[in-house]
Amino acid sequence: MTAISSAEPTRRDFLYIATATVGAVGGAAALVPLIGQMNPDASTIAAGAPVDVDLAPIQAGQIIKVFWRSKPIFIFNRTPNDIKLAQDAEWQSFRDPQPDSARVKSGHDQWLVLIGICTHLGCIPLPHQGNYDGWFCPCHGSQYDSSGRIRQGPAPLNLPIPPYTFTSATKIRIGDSGTGEA
Amino acid sequence: MSGHATYQPQNGFMKWLERRLPIGGLVYSSFIAYPTPRNLNYWWTFGGILTFMLGVQIVTGIVLAMHYTPHVDYAFNSVEGIMRDVPFGWLLRYVHANGAAFFFAAVYMHMARGMYYGSYKEPREVLWILGVILFLLMVATGFMGYVLPWGQMSFWAATVITNLFSAIPLVGDPIVSWLWGGFAVGDPTLNRFFSLHYLLPFVIAGVVVLHIWALHVVGQNNPTGVDAKDEKDTVAFTPYATVKDAFFVSLFCIVYAWFVFFIPNYLGHSDNYIMANPGQTPNHIVPEWYYLPFYAILRAIPNKLAGVCALGGAIVVLAFLPWLDTSRVRSANYRPLYRQFLYIFFAAVVGLGYLGSQEPTGGYVIAARLLTIYYFGFFFVILPLLGLLETTKPLPNSISESILSKSAAASSPSGAKV
Repeated sequence: MTAISSAEPTRRDFLYIATATVGAVGGAAALVPLIGQMNPDASTIAAGAPVDVDLAPIQAGQIIKVFWRSKPIFIFNRTPNDIKLAQDAEWQSFRDPQPDSARVKSGHDQWLVLIGICTHLGCIPLPHQGNYDGWFCPCHGSQYDSSGRIRQGPAPLNLPIPPYTFTSATKIRIGDSGTGEA
Repeated sequence: MSGHATYQPQNGFMKWLERRLPIGGLVYSSFIAYPTPRNLNYWWTFGGILTFMLGVQIVTGIVLAMHYTPHVDYAFNSVEGIMRDVPFGWLLRYVHANGAAFFFAAVYMHMARGMYYGSYKEPREVLWILGVILFLLMVATGFMGYVLPWGQMSFWAATVITNLFSAIPLVGDPIVSWLWGGFAVGDPTLNRFFSLHYLLPFVIAGVVVLHIWALHVVGQNNPTGVDAKDEKDTVAFTPYATVKDAFFVSLFCIVYAWFVFFIPNYLGHSDNYIMANPGQTPNHIVPEWYYLPFYAILRAIPNKLAGVCALGGAIVVLAFLPWLDTSRVRSANYRPLYRQFLYIFFAAVVGLGYLGSQEPTGGYVIAARLLTIYYFGFFFVILPLLGLLETTKPLPNSISESILSKSAAASSPSGAKV
Protein backbone atom coordinates (compact mmCIF):
# COMPACT_ATOMS: atom_id res chain seq x y z
CA MET A 1 0.00 0.00 0.00
CA THR A 2 1.03 3.52 -0.56
CA ALA A 3 2.57 5.42 2.29
CA ILE A 4 1.05 8.67 1.06
CA SER A 5 -2.17 9.43 2.87
CA SER A 6 -4.75 11.45 1.04
CA ALA A 7 -8.24 12.44 1.99
CA GLU A 8 -9.55 11.51 -1.45
CA PRO A 9 -9.86 7.75 -2.11
CA THR A 10 -7.61 6.91 -5.02
CA ARG A 11 -8.17 4.48 -7.86
CA ARG A 12 -5.61 2.24 -6.17
CA ASP A 13 -7.71 2.17 -2.97
CA PHE A 14 -10.72 1.18 -5.00
CA LEU A 15 -8.85 -1.61 -6.76
CA TYR A 16 -7.45 -2.89 -3.48
CA ILE A 17 -10.83 -3.03 -1.73
CA ALA A 18 -12.61 -4.43 -4.78
CA THR A 19 -10.01 -7.18 -5.25
CA ALA A 20 -10.02 -8.10 -1.57
CA THR A 21 -13.84 -8.27 -1.55
CA VAL A 22 -14.03 -10.43 -4.67
CA GLY A 23 -11.33 -12.68 -3.23
CA ALA A 24 -13.06 -13.06 0.12
CA VAL A 25 -16.53 -13.65 -1.32
CA GLY A 26 -15.18 -15.97 -4.00
CA GLY A 27 -13.16 -17.94 -1.47
CA ALA A 28 -16.16 -18.31 0.83
CA ALA A 29 -18.41 -19.30 -2.09
CA ALA A 30 -15.91 -21.93 -3.20
CA LEU A 31 -16.18 -23.56 0.22
CA VAL A 32 -19.91 -24.20 -0.22
CA PRO A 33 -19.61 -27.00 -2.82
CA LEU A 34 -16.40 -28.32 -1.26
CA ILE A 35 -18.09 -28.77 2.11
CA GLY A 36 -21.58 -29.50 0.78
CA GLN A 37 -20.44 -32.47 -1.35
CA MET A 38 -19.91 -34.46 1.83
CA ASN A 39 -23.60 -34.41 2.79
CA PRO A 40 -25.75 -37.47 1.96
CA ASP A 41 -26.18 -37.72 -1.82
CA ALA A 42 -29.44 -38.15 -3.74
CA SER A 43 -29.18 -41.94 -4.01
CA THR A 44 -28.60 -42.26 -0.27
CA ILE A 45 -31.60 -40.08 0.50
CA ALA A 46 -33.75 -41.96 -2.03
CA ALA A 47 -32.78 -45.27 -0.40
CA GLY A 48 -34.12 -43.86 2.88
CA ALA A 49 -37.77 -44.23 1.82
CA PRO A 50 -40.30 -45.66 4.36
CA VAL A 51 -40.39 -49.44 4.92
CA ASP A 52 -43.45 -51.60 5.77
CA VAL A 53 -43.17 -54.25 8.49
CA ASP A 54 -45.67 -57.03 9.19
CA LEU A 55 -45.92 -57.49 12.96
CA ALA A 56 -47.99 -60.69 12.88
CA PRO A 57 -45.07 -63.19 12.96
CA ILE A 58 -43.41 -61.56 16.00
CA GLN A 59 -43.97 -63.70 19.11
CA ALA A 60 -44.73 -62.26 22.53
CA GLY A 61 -41.45 -61.27 24.16
CA GLN A 62 -39.59 -61.32 20.86
CA ILE A 63 -37.45 -58.42 19.61
CA ILE A 64 -36.78 -58.23 15.88
CA LYS A 65 -34.40 -55.97 14.04
CA VAL A 66 -35.18 -54.37 10.67
CA PHE A 67 -33.23 -51.71 8.78
CA TRP A 68 -34.43 -48.28 7.79
CA ARG A 69 -31.98 -45.67 6.48
CA SER A 70 -29.11 -48.04 7.36
CA LYS A 71 -30.19 -47.82 10.99
CA PRO A 72 -31.28 -50.88 12.93
CA ILE A 73 -34.90 -50.58 14.13
CA PHE A 74 -35.93 -52.72 17.12
CA ILE A 75 -39.52 -53.94 17.20
CA PHE A 76 -40.39 -55.41 20.60
CA ASN A 77 -43.61 -57.37 21.12
CA ARG A 78 -43.83 -56.74 24.87
CA THR A 79 -45.37 -59.22 27.29
CA PRO A 80 -47.86 -57.94 29.90
CA ASN A 81 -45.02 -58.14 32.45
CA ASP A 82 -42.71 -56.00 30.28
CA ILE A 83 -45.47 -53.42 29.89
CA LYS A 84 -46.21 -53.39 33.62
CA LEU A 85 -42.52 -52.88 34.49
CA ALA A 86 -42.27 -50.07 31.95
CA GLN A 87 -45.43 -48.32 33.15
CA ASP A 88 -44.79 -48.72 36.90
CA ALA A 89 -41.22 -47.37 36.83
CA GLU A 90 -40.59 -44.07 38.65
CA TRP A 91 -39.83 -42.31 35.39
CA GLN A 92 -39.79 -38.78 36.86
CA SER A 93 -36.36 -39.45 38.33
CA PHE A 94 -34.82 -40.81 35.11
CA ARG A 95 -32.03 -39.08 33.24
CA ASP A 96 -34.33 -38.54 30.25
CA PRO A 97 -37.75 -38.57 31.95
CA GLN A 98 -40.54 -39.94 29.78
CA PRO A 99 -43.59 -42.00 30.73
CA ASP A 100 -44.07 -45.27 28.86
CA SER A 101 -47.21 -43.82 27.28
CA ALA A 102 -45.07 -41.26 25.43
CA ARG A 103 -43.00 -44.04 23.86
CA VAL A 104 -45.71 -46.15 22.25
CA LYS A 105 -48.71 -45.38 20.04
CA SER A 106 -51.86 -45.17 22.15
CA GLY A 107 -53.82 -48.40 21.98
CA HIS A 108 -50.68 -50.27 20.93
CA ASP A 109 -48.95 -50.65 24.32
CA GLN A 110 -47.69 -54.04 23.23
CA TRP A 111 -45.49 -52.67 20.43
CA LEU A 112 -42.30 -50.77 21.18
CA VAL A 113 -40.51 -49.45 18.07
CA LEU A 114 -37.05 -47.96 18.60
CA ILE A 115 -33.99 -46.86 16.66
CA GLY A 116 -31.53 -49.47 17.94
CA ILE A 117 -28.56 -47.16 18.22
CA CYS A 118 -27.12 -46.40 21.61
CA THR A 119 -27.40 -42.67 22.24
CA HIS A 120 -23.91 -42.67 23.68
CA LEU A 121 -21.67 -43.47 20.73
CA GLY A 122 -23.76 -45.41 18.26
CA CYS A 123 -23.27 -49.09 19.08
CA ILE A 124 -26.17 -51.53 18.81
CA PRO A 125 -27.40 -52.56 22.27
CA LEU A 126 -27.97 -56.26 22.93
CA PRO A 127 -31.62 -57.31 23.54
CA HIS A 128 -32.84 -59.02 26.71
CA GLN A 129 -29.72 -58.05 28.64
CA GLY A 130 -28.87 -55.75 31.51
CA ASN A 131 -30.70 -55.15 34.76
CA TYR A 132 -33.86 -53.52 33.41
CA ASP A 133 -35.55 -56.11 31.21
CA GLY A 134 -34.37 -54.24 28.12
CA TRP A 135 -31.06 -53.65 26.39
CA PHE A 136 -27.40 -53.53 27.34
CA CYS A 137 -24.83 -51.72 25.21
CA PRO A 138 -21.61 -53.76 25.02
CA CYS A 139 -19.44 -50.80 24.13
CA HIS A 140 -19.63 -48.61 27.21
CA GLY A 141 -22.15 -50.31 29.44
CA SER A 142 -25.33 -48.24 28.97
CA GLN A 143 -28.53 -50.04 30.05
CA TYR A 144 -32.04 -49.43 28.71
CA ASP A 145 -35.33 -50.68 30.17
CA SER A 146 -38.34 -52.36 28.52
CA SER A 147 -39.44 -48.95 27.30
CA GLY A 148 -36.01 -48.20 25.79
CA ARG A 149 -35.29 -45.57 28.43
CA ILE A 150 -31.74 -44.97 29.63
CA ARG A 151 -31.41 -46.27 33.19
CA GLN A 152 -27.68 -46.70 33.78
CA GLY A 153 -24.36 -45.91 32.06
CA PRO A 154 -23.00 -43.00 30.02
CA ALA A 155 -25.74 -42.60 27.36
CA PRO A 156 -27.54 -39.24 27.75
CA LEU A 157 -30.90 -40.04 26.14
CA ASN A 158 -33.53 -42.74 25.73
CA LEU A 159 -33.39 -44.85 22.57
CA PRO A 160 -35.13 -42.62 20.00
CA ILE A 161 -38.49 -43.50 18.46
CA PRO A 162 -38.46 -43.42 14.64
CA PRO A 163 -41.40 -41.84 12.82
CA TYR A 164 -43.86 -44.67 12.16
CA THR A 165 -47.56 -45.27 11.80
CA PHE A 166 -49.90 -48.25 12.06
CA THR A 167 -51.28 -48.93 8.57
CA SER A 168 -53.42 -51.76 9.99
CA ALA A 169 -53.69 -53.57 13.34
CA THR A 170 -50.62 -55.71 12.57
CA LYS A 171 -48.67 -53.59 10.09
CA ILE A 172 -46.51 -50.52 10.56
CA ARG A 173 -44.77 -48.19 8.15
CA ILE A 174 -41.43 -46.91 9.44
CA GLY A 175 -40.30 -43.53 8.14
CA ASP A 176 -43.86 -42.23 7.81
CA SER A 177 -45.35 -40.53 10.85
CA GLY A 178 -48.83 -40.59 9.30
CA THR A 179 -48.94 -36.82 9.08
CA GLY A 180 -47.54 -36.72 5.57
CA GLU A 181 -44.09 -35.88 6.92
CA ALA A 182 -41.48 -38.49 6.09
CA MET B 1 21.11 -20.82 8.18
CA SER B 2 24.56 -19.71 9.21
CA GLY B 3 26.43 -22.84 8.09
CA HIS B 4 25.79 -21.92 4.49
CA ALA B 5 28.93 -19.83 4.17
CA THR B 6 31.16 -22.77 5.11
CA TYR B 7 29.81 -25.07 2.39
CA GLN B 8 32.32 -25.44 -0.47
CA PRO B 9 30.90 -27.33 -3.47
CA GLN B 10 33.47 -29.90 -4.53
CA ASN B 11 32.62 -30.59 -8.16
CA GLY B 12 31.60 -28.49 -11.15
CA PHE B 13 27.97 -29.58 -11.22
CA MET B 14 27.41 -28.78 -7.54
CA LYS B 15 29.05 -25.36 -8.04
CA TRP B 16 26.75 -24.73 -11.00
CA LEU B 17 23.69 -25.88 -9.01
CA GLU B 18 24.60 -23.98 -5.86
CA ARG B 19 24.45 -20.64 -7.71
CA ARG B 20 20.95 -21.48 -8.92
CA LEU B 21 19.45 -23.52 -6.04
CA PRO B 22 21.56 -23.58 -2.87
CA ILE B 23 20.23 -26.95 -1.74
CA GLY B 24 23.71 -28.37 -1.12
CA GLY B 25 24.38 -25.61 1.36
CA LEU B 26 21.03 -26.15 3.07
CA VAL B 27 21.67 -29.87 3.51
CA TYR B 28 25.23 -29.18 4.65
CA SER B 29 24.22 -26.63 7.27
CA SER B 30 21.15 -28.59 8.48
CA PHE B 31 22.35 -32.18 8.52
CA ILE B 32 26.14 -32.19 8.36
CA ALA B 33 27.73 -29.21 10.07
CA TYR B 34 24.70 -28.55 12.29
CA PRO B 35 25.96 -28.39 15.90
CA THR B 36 24.26 -30.91 18.16
CA PRO B 37 24.79 -31.08 21.95
CA ARG B 38 27.51 -33.63 22.70
CA ASN B 39 25.67 -35.19 25.65
CA LEU B 40 22.54 -36.40 23.81
CA ASN B 41 21.49 -39.90 24.87
CA TYR B 42 19.55 -42.52 22.95
CA TRP B 43 16.23 -40.92 23.87
CA TRP B 44 17.13 -38.29 21.28
CA THR B 45 17.12 -40.84 18.45
CA PHE B 46 13.34 -41.19 18.33
CA GLY B 47 13.02 -38.14 16.07
CA GLY B 48 15.06 -39.97 13.48
CA ILE B 49 13.04 -43.15 14.06
CA LEU B 50 9.80 -41.22 13.52
CA THR B 51 11.06 -39.74 10.25
CA PHE B 52 12.05 -43.22 9.15
CA MET B 53 8.63 -44.66 10.11
CA LEU B 54 6.81 -41.90 8.22
CA GLY B 55 8.79 -42.89 5.15
CA VAL B 56 7.98 -46.58 5.66
CA GLN B 57 4.27 -45.84 6.05
CA ILE B 58 4.12 -43.62 2.95
CA VAL B 59 6.00 -46.09 0.75
CA THR B 60 4.06 -49.19 1.88
CA GLY B 61 0.79 -47.21 1.86
CA ILE B 62 1.24 -46.07 -1.74
CA VAL B 63 1.80 -49.64 -2.96
CA LEU B 64 -1.07 -51.02 -0.86
CA ALA B 65 -3.39 -48.43 -2.43
CA MET B 66 -2.56 -49.97 -5.82
CA HIS B 67 -4.38 -53.14 -4.73
CA TYR B 68 -7.08 -51.81 -2.41
CA THR B 69 -10.71 -51.04 -3.36
CA PRO B 70 -12.50 -48.46 -1.19
CA HIS B 71 -16.03 -49.85 -1.51
CA VAL B 72 -18.10 -51.53 1.20
CA ASP B 73 -18.63 -54.61 -0.97
CA TYR B 74 -15.00 -55.02 -2.04
CA ALA B 75 -12.78 -53.44 0.62
CA PHE B 76 -12.62 -56.46 2.94
CA ASN B 77 -12.03 -58.87 0.06
CA SER B 78 -9.43 -56.64 -1.56
CA VAL B 79 -7.46 -56.65 1.71
CA GLU B 80 -7.73 -60.45 1.81
CA GLY B 81 -6.58 -60.41 -1.83
CA ILE B 82 -3.54 -58.39 -0.76
CA MET B 83 -2.84 -61.02 1.91
CA ARG B 84 -3.23 -64.06 -0.36
CA ASP B 85 -2.86 -63.13 -4.04
CA VAL B 86 -0.69 -60.02 -4.41
CA PRO B 87 3.04 -60.87 -4.60
CA PHE B 88 4.56 -59.87 -1.24
CA GLY B 89 1.17 -58.34 -0.36
CA TRP B 90 1.13 -60.06 3.04
CA LEU B 91 4.52 -58.55 3.82
CA LEU B 92 3.58 -55.04 2.72
CA ARG B 93 0.34 -55.07 4.68
CA TYR B 94 1.96 -56.42 7.84
CA VAL B 95 4.76 -53.85 7.54
CA HIS B 96 2.13 -51.11 7.18
CA ALA B 97 -0.21 -52.32 9.94
CA ASN B 98 2.56 -53.00 12.45
CA GLY B 99 4.28 -49.87 11.22
CA ALA B 100 1.38 -47.81 12.59
CA ALA B 101 1.86 -49.42 16.00
CA PHE B 102 5.62 -48.83 15.98
CA PHE B 103 5.11 -45.29 14.73
CA PHE B 104 2.94 -44.62 17.79
CA ALA B 105 5.34 -46.44 20.13
CA ALA B 106 8.12 -44.17 18.88
CA VAL B 107 6.03 -41.00 19.17
CA TYR B 108 5.13 -41.84 22.78
CA MET B 109 8.82 -42.33 23.59
CA HIS B 110 9.60 -39.04 21.83
CA MET B 111 6.88 -37.21 23.83
CA ALA B 112 7.96 -38.82 27.11
CA ARG B 113 11.53 -37.67 26.47
CA GLY B 114 10.25 -34.15 25.82
CA MET B 115 8.35 -34.18 29.09
CA TYR B 116 11.22 -35.62 31.13
CA TYR B 117 13.85 -33.20 29.86
CA GLY B 118 11.52 -30.18 29.63
CA SER B 119 12.02 -29.84 25.88
CA TYR B 120 8.78 -27.83 25.61
CA LYS B 121 10.07 -24.89 27.64
CA GLU B 122 11.07 -21.48 26.39
CA PRO B 123 12.20 -21.03 23.60
CA ARG B 124 10.84 -24.35 22.25
CA GLU B 125 7.09 -23.74 22.72
CA VAL B 126 6.30 -23.55 18.98
CA LEU B 127 8.43 -26.62 18.32
CA TRP B 128 6.44 -28.48 20.98
CA ILE B 129 3.04 -27.28 19.70
CA LEU B 130 3.95 -28.38 16.18
CA GLY B 131 4.68 -31.76 17.77
CA VAL B 132 1.22 -31.85 19.37
CA ILE B 133 -0.30 -31.02 15.96
CA LEU B 134 1.73 -33.86 14.44
CA PHE B 135 0.41 -36.22 17.11
CA LEU B 136 -3.20 -35.16 16.39
CA LEU B 137 -2.62 -35.70 12.67
CA MET B 138 -1.17 -39.15 13.41
CA VAL B 139 -4.21 -40.03 15.53
CA ALA B 140 -6.57 -39.00 12.71
CA THR B 141 -4.54 -40.80 10.06
CA GLY B 142 -4.22 -43.98 12.11
CA PHE B 143 -7.93 -44.02 12.88
CA MET B 144 -8.97 -43.62 9.24
CA GLY B 145 -6.45 -46.23 8.14
CA TYR B 146 -7.90 -48.69 10.63
CA VAL B 147 -11.36 -48.26 9.04
CA LEU B 148 -10.16 -49.18 5.54
CA PRO B 149 -10.02 -53.03 5.88
CA TRP B 150 -13.75 -52.83 6.65
CA GLY B 151 -13.76 -55.51 9.29
CA GLN B 152 -16.02 -55.50 12.33
CA MET B 153 -13.60 -53.43 14.42
CA SER B 154 -13.10 -51.04 11.50
CA PHE B 155 -16.81 -50.42 11.15
CA TRP B 156 -17.57 -50.03 14.84
CA ALA B 157 -14.51 -47.89 15.49
CA ALA B 158 -15.74 -45.59 12.73
CA THR B 159 -19.22 -45.55 14.27
CA VAL B 160 -18.06 -44.81 17.80
CA ILE B 161 -15.50 -42.16 16.85
CA THR B 162 -17.74 -40.27 14.42
CA ASN B 163 -20.49 -40.35 17.05
CA LEU B 164 -18.18 -38.43 19.38
CA PHE B 165 -19.21 -35.37 17.34
CA SER B 166 -22.89 -35.98 18.12
CA ALA B 167 -22.12 -34.78 21.65
CA ILE B 168 -21.81 -31.21 20.32
CA PRO B 169 -25.01 -29.35 21.28
CA LEU B 170 -27.44 -28.35 18.48
CA VAL B 171 -25.21 -28.98 15.45
CA GLY B 172 -23.95 -32.42 16.55
CA ASP B 173 -26.32 -34.58 14.49
CA PRO B 174 -26.00 -32.61 11.22
CA ILE B 175 -22.21 -32.72 11.61
CA VAL B 176 -22.24 -36.51 12.08
CA SER B 177 -24.49 -36.98 9.03
CA TRP B 178 -22.11 -34.74 7.06
CA LEU B 179 -19.12 -36.80 8.20
CA TRP B 180 -20.86 -40.02 7.16
CA GLY B 181 -22.38 -38.78 3.91
CA GLY B 182 -25.45 -40.81 4.85
CA PHE B 183 -27.67 -41.93 7.70
CA ALA B 184 -24.98 -44.23 9.09
CA VAL B 185 -21.37 -45.21 8.44
CA GLY B 186 -21.38 -46.60 4.91
CA ASP B 187 -19.85 -46.47 1.45
CA PRO B 188 -19.47 -42.67 1.28
CA THR B 189 -17.74 -42.76 4.67
CA LEU B 190 -15.27 -45.42 3.53
CA ASN B 191 -14.49 -43.49 0.34
CA ARG B 192 -13.74 -40.22 2.07
CA PHE B 193 -11.68 -41.92 4.77
CA PHE B 194 -9.56 -43.52 2.05
CA SER B 195 -9.09 -40.15 0.37
CA LEU B 196 -8.09 -38.47 3.62
CA HIS B 197 -5.93 -41.38 4.79
CA TYR B 198 -3.93 -40.96 1.59
CA LEU B 199 -3.70 -37.18 2.02
CA LEU B 200 -2.83 -36.77 5.70
CA PRO B 201 0.62 -38.43 5.68
CA PHE B 202 1.76 -35.74 3.26
CA VAL B 203 0.30 -33.08 5.55
CA ILE B 204 2.28 -34.75 8.35
CA ALA B 205 5.41 -34.60 6.19
CA GLY B 206 4.80 -30.88 5.68
CA VAL B 207 4.41 -30.22 9.40
CA VAL B 208 7.52 -32.35 10.04
CA VAL B 209 9.44 -29.86 7.87
CA LEU B 210 8.14 -27.02 10.08
CA HIS B 211 8.97 -29.07 13.20
CA ILE B 212 12.57 -29.59 12.06
CA TRP B 213 12.82 -25.98 10.93
CA ALA B 214 11.70 -24.78 14.38
CA LEU B 215 14.14 -27.24 15.95
CA HIS B 216 17.02 -25.85 13.93
CA VAL B 217 16.13 -22.28 14.86
CA VAL B 218 16.10 -22.85 18.63
CA GLY B 219 18.55 -25.75 18.77
CA GLN B 220 18.18 -29.13 20.45
CA ASN B 221 17.57 -29.49 24.14
CA ASN B 222 19.86 -31.93 25.97
CA PRO B 223 19.81 -34.07 29.14
CA THR B 224 21.08 -31.22 31.34
CA GLY B 225 18.58 -28.73 29.92
CA VAL B 226 21.42 -26.17 29.90
CA ASP B 227 21.86 -24.35 26.60
CA ALA B 228 24.94 -25.11 24.54
CA LYS B 229 27.29 -22.16 25.00
CA ASP B 230 30.32 -22.76 22.82
CA GLU B 231 31.99 -25.26 20.52
CA LYS B 232 33.08 -27.43 23.45
CA ASP B 233 29.43 -28.24 24.12
CA THR B 234 28.58 -29.46 20.64
CA VAL B 235 29.62 -31.92 17.97
CA ALA B 236 28.77 -31.96 14.26
CA PHE B 237 25.48 -33.61 13.30
CA THR B 238 27.34 -35.79 10.83
CA PRO B 239 28.84 -38.21 11.64
CA TYR B 240 27.95 -38.14 15.36
CA ALA B 241 24.15 -37.81 15.37
CA THR B 242 23.57 -39.47 12.00
CA VAL B 243 25.46 -42.60 12.97
CA LYS B 244 23.87 -42.73 16.41
CA ASP B 245 20.38 -42.33 14.88
CA ALA B 246 21.08 -44.92 12.20
CA PHE B 247 22.38 -47.39 14.80
CA PHE B 248 19.28 -47.04 16.96
CA VAL B 249 16.94 -47.17 13.95
CA SER B 250 18.57 -50.54 13.19
CA LEU B 251 17.91 -51.82 16.72
CA PHE B 252 14.34 -50.52 16.53
CA CYS B 253 13.87 -52.33 13.21
CA ILE B 254 14.96 -55.64 14.74
CA VAL B 255 11.99 -55.50 17.13
CA TYR B 256 9.73 -54.18 14.38
CA ALA B 257 10.75 -56.98 12.02
CA TRP B 258 10.22 -59.54 14.77
CA PHE B 259 6.60 -58.43 15.04
CA VAL B 260 6.13 -58.30 11.24
CA PHE B 261 7.53 -61.78 10.62
CA PHE B 262 6.66 -63.74 13.76
CA ILE B 263 3.66 -62.18 15.51
CA PRO B 264 2.09 -59.92 12.87
CA ASN B 265 -1.40 -60.08 14.39
CA TYR B 266 -0.37 -59.81 18.03
CA LEU B 267 -1.35 -56.12 18.24
CA GLY B 268 -4.55 -56.53 16.19
CA HIS B 269 -8.01 -57.85 16.97
CA SER B 270 -9.35 -61.10 15.56
CA ASP B 271 -12.77 -59.43 15.14
CA ASN B 272 -11.31 -57.35 12.33
CA TYR B 273 -10.98 -60.52 10.23
CA ILE B 274 -14.80 -60.64 10.21
CA MET B 275 -16.35 -58.49 7.48
CA ALA B 276 -18.16 -55.38 8.74
CA ASN B 277 -21.76 -56.06 9.78
CA PRO B 278 -23.83 -52.93 10.46
CA GLY B 279 -26.39 -55.05 12.32
CA GLN B 280 -24.11 -56.56 14.94
CA THR B 281 -21.82 -54.75 17.36
CA PRO B 282 -18.95 -56.96 18.59
CA ASN B 283 -19.40 -57.86 22.25
CA HIS B 284 -16.29 -56.05 23.32
CA ILE B 285 -15.00 -53.26 21.14
CA VAL B 286 -11.63 -51.77 21.90
CA PRO B 287 -9.47 -49.44 19.83
CA GLU B 288 -5.88 -50.18 18.87
CA TRP B 289 -3.55 -50.17 21.87
CA TYR B 290 -2.13 -46.75 21.13
CA TYR B 291 -5.52 -45.08 21.71
CA LEU B 292 -6.43 -47.03 24.86
CA PRO B 293 -5.46 -44.39 27.48
CA PHE B 294 -7.69 -41.81 25.80
CA TYR B 295 -10.48 -44.36 25.37
CA ALA B 296 -10.29 -45.12 29.10
CA ILE B 297 -10.66 -41.40 29.88
CA LEU B 298 -13.73 -41.24 27.62
CA ARG B 299 -15.36 -44.18 29.39
CA ALA B 300 -14.39 -43.02 32.88
CA ILE B 301 -16.76 -40.04 32.70
CA PRO B 302 -20.48 -40.84 33.09
CA ASN B 303 -21.64 -37.89 30.97
CA LYS B 304 -21.41 -38.01 27.18
CA LEU B 305 -20.44 -34.42 26.43
CA ALA B 306 -18.04 -34.24 29.37
CA GLY B 307 -16.48 -37.55 28.35
CA VAL B 308 -15.89 -36.36 24.80
CA CYS B 309 -14.45 -33.07 26.07
CA ALA B 310 -12.11 -34.95 28.41
CA LEU B 311 -10.98 -37.19 25.56
CA GLY B 312 -10.10 -34.18 23.40
CA GLY B 313 -8.79 -32.20 26.36
CA ALA B 314 -6.37 -34.98 27.30
CA ILE B 315 -4.50 -34.34 24.04
CA VAL B 316 -5.06 -30.59 23.69
CA VAL B 317 -3.76 -29.94 27.22
CA LEU B 318 -0.32 -31.00 25.96
CA ALA B 319 -0.20 -27.90 23.78
CA PHE B 320 -0.44 -25.75 26.92
CA LEU B 321 2.30 -27.65 28.75
CA PRO B 322 4.90 -24.88 28.21
CA TRP B 323 2.75 -22.51 30.27
CA LEU B 324 1.30 -24.98 32.80
CA ASP B 325 4.81 -25.94 33.90
CA THR B 326 5.98 -22.89 35.81
CA SER B 327 9.47 -24.14 36.66
CA ARG B 328 12.40 -22.52 34.88
CA VAL B 329 14.54 -25.64 35.22
CA ARG B 330 14.11 -27.87 32.18
CA SER B 331 15.55 -31.29 32.93
CA ALA B 332 13.87 -33.63 35.44
CA ASN B 333 17.40 -34.70 36.41
CA TYR B 334 17.55 -31.50 38.49
CA ARG B 335 13.91 -31.57 39.67
CA PRO B 336 13.57 -34.36 42.26
CA LEU B 337 9.87 -33.83 42.99
CA TYR B 338 8.83 -33.32 39.37
CA ARG B 339 10.63 -36.52 38.49
CA GLN B 340 8.55 -38.51 41.02
CA PHE B 341 5.26 -37.02 39.84
CA LEU B 342 6.24 -37.54 36.21
CA TYR B 343 6.98 -41.23 36.79
CA ILE B 344 3.56 -41.55 38.45
CA PHE B 345 2.06 -39.75 35.42
CA PHE B 346 3.69 -42.21 33.02
CA ALA B 347 2.42 -45.09 35.20
CA ALA B 348 -1.08 -43.54 35.19
CA VAL B 349 -1.07 -43.36 31.37
CA VAL B 350 0.00 -47.01 31.13
CA GLY B 351 -2.66 -47.90 33.74
CA LEU B 352 -5.32 -46.06 31.75
CA GLY B 353 -4.19 -48.01 28.71
CA TYR B 354 -4.74 -51.27 30.56
CA LEU B 355 -8.15 -50.15 31.87
CA GLY B 356 -9.15 -49.04 28.36
CA SER B 357 -8.74 -52.63 27.20
CA GLN B 358 -11.00 -54.04 29.93
CA GLU B 359 -14.80 -54.23 30.19
CA PRO B 360 -16.28 -50.97 31.50
CA THR B 361 -17.65 -52.33 34.76
CA GLY B 362 -17.27 -51.99 38.53
CA GLY B 363 -13.78 -51.53 39.89
CA TYR B 364 -12.31 -50.85 36.45
CA VAL B 365 -14.45 -47.73 36.07
CA ILE B 366 -13.48 -46.47 39.54
CA ALA B 367 -9.78 -47.07 38.84
CA ALA B 368 -10.11 -45.29 35.48
CA ARG B 369 -11.73 -42.32 37.23
CA LEU B 370 -8.91 -42.06 39.77
CA LEU B 371 -6.26 -42.20 37.05
CA THR B 372 -8.16 -39.65 34.94
CA ILE B 373 -8.18 -37.31 37.93
CA TYR B 374 -4.42 -37.77 38.27
CA TYR B 375 -3.92 -37.21 34.52
CA PHE B 376 -5.60 -33.81 34.59
CA GLY B 377 -4.44 -33.02 38.13
CA PHE B 378 -0.84 -33.45 36.96
CA PHE B 379 -1.30 -30.72 34.35
CA PHE B 380 -3.57 -28.30 36.17
CA VAL B 381 -2.50 -28.63 39.82
CA ILE B 382 0.84 -30.38 40.23
CA LEU B 383 2.78 -28.69 37.42
CA PRO B 384 1.81 -25.07 38.20
CA LEU B 385 2.45 -25.56 41.94
CA LEU B 386 5.70 -27.51 41.61
CA GLY B 387 7.40 -24.66 39.81
CA LEU B 388 6.72 -22.46 42.84
CA LEU B 389 7.37 -24.97 45.63
CA GLU B 390 10.11 -27.27 44.42
CA THR B 391 13.77 -26.89 45.43
CA THR B 392 15.78 -27.85 42.38
CA LYS B 393 19.30 -29.23 42.32
CA PRO B 394 22.13 -26.94 41.15
CA LEU B 395 22.55 -26.89 37.39
CA PRO B 396 25.98 -27.39 35.77
CA ASN B 397 27.47 -24.26 34.22
CA SER B 398 27.71 -25.92 30.82
CA ILE B 399 27.19 -29.18 28.99
CA SER B 400 30.95 -29.81 28.81
CA GLU B 401 31.32 -29.18 32.54
CA SER B 402 28.62 -31.76 33.34
CA ILE B 403 30.34 -34.32 31.12
CA LEU B 404 33.82 -33.63 32.56
CA SER B 405 32.61 -33.91 36.15
CA LYS B 406 30.90 -37.16 35.28
CA SER B 407 33.95 -38.66 33.62
CA ALA B 408 36.14 -37.55 36.52
CA ALA B 409 33.77 -39.28 38.92
CA ALA B 410 33.42 -42.41 36.82
CA SER B 411 35.94 -45.13 37.53
CA SER B 412 34.99 -47.16 34.46
CA PRO B 413 36.58 -46.27 31.10
CA SER B 414 33.11 -45.85 29.54
CA GLY B 415 32.84 -42.48 31.20
CA ALA B 416 35.75 -41.22 29.13
CA LYS B 417 34.32 -42.04 25.73
CA VAL B 418 33.48 -38.44 24.90
